[in-house]
Amino acid sequence: MTYFMTLLTLFYEYLLTGLFAVGGGLATLPFLTRMCENHPDWFSMTELTNMVAVSESTPGPLGVNMSTFVGYTVGGVPGAVVSTFALILPSVIIVLIISKFLSRYMENKYVQSVFSGLRPAVTGLIAAAAWTVIKTALFRFFPTALSDIPSSVDVYAVILFFVVLILNQIKPLSKIHPVVYILASAAVSVILKL
Amino acid sequence: MLPLLQREIVDKRKWATEEEILNYFAIGQCTPGVIAVNTSTFIGYKQRKVPGAIFATLGVVTPSFIIILLIAMLFRSFADNVYVMHAFKGIRIAAGALILSSVIRLMKKNVRSVFQIALCVIAFVIVAVLGFSPVWVVVGAGLFGFAAGKVGKAV
Repeated sequence: MTYFMTLLTLFYEYLLTGLFAVGGGLATLPFLTRMCENHPDWFSMTELTNMVAVSESTPGPLGVNMSTFVGYTVGGVPGAVVSTFALILPSVIIVLIISKFLSRYMENKYVQSVFSGLRPAVTGLIAAAAWTVIKTALFRFFPTALSDIPSSVDVYAVILFFVVLILNQIKPLSKIHPVVYILASAAVSVILKL
Repeated sequence: MLPLLQREIVDKRKWATEEEILNYFAIGQCTPGVIAVNTSTFIGYKQRKVPGAIFATLGVVTPSFIIILLIAMLFRSFADNVYVMHAFKGIRIAAGALILSSVIRLMKKNVRSVFQIALCVIAFVIVAVLGFSPVWVVVGAGLFGFAAGKVGKAV
């Protein structure tokens, strides 16, 4: 694929993401795992998980951080511009339209029923993306048979995973910025050479 | 993001009231795209119509765009270092745990009734097992919610 075609495809993929990712930055993740499957030459799941982690540790909206990082990885600085522009373009247009009849939009009962259907489904989509990310982090290779499971699972990784998960679920600790968990986990991995 | 917006936009600049910001935030969640960006577009439009919306959007995007670009460039030159590779193994584990943590929080809030559990599970299966694009799930679930509202049932 020529460079120009790559940028054009990136624009299209991110335009779709901007149009259909409802519920904030994390909601773009299912579209990114899909992008990784559709364009294996762009980035691997491991690279995507790295990009998500860096984006979570950096200030600013998660969705924009991820689009910039993904765009740069695929097509350098022009790629970053294209993907971030494509991500925000649909929402800017939609917000401009809604602004004209703002108060009526939220109270409209059809809008409310559409979103009552979307919320649980988007939660399921994010769960599916989370599963893809977790698979990459915890398995050395993905088991295809039951007998493969013991050798494929990275036991120390699983322990570290549950420590972070449980700590983050406990009330006062859940307020700690993600960067603290990410840096602590990085330090543990360097020390234990995971 | 919300506390920062409240301080800058409501307290300092007085561009919007506390209530308006909360409204924008709520609508920002119910429109596609990044919530912080949507909220800023609303505030910009309220102040100076379309040009205001464009500049407010550019303003909220630019800092993270530059920061991430710098990190991405640095990242490239350090990616092959052994320690960096170990560190990123741990970073991926933490990222996975934090995302699952967010999913659990979202589920507690949005997935309670039998209908909601069914929608959530179906969405998961369509994407994770059957390998369809999330676009179809978003369109389908929106239509389903709309139809359920039409016949007077809440999802």
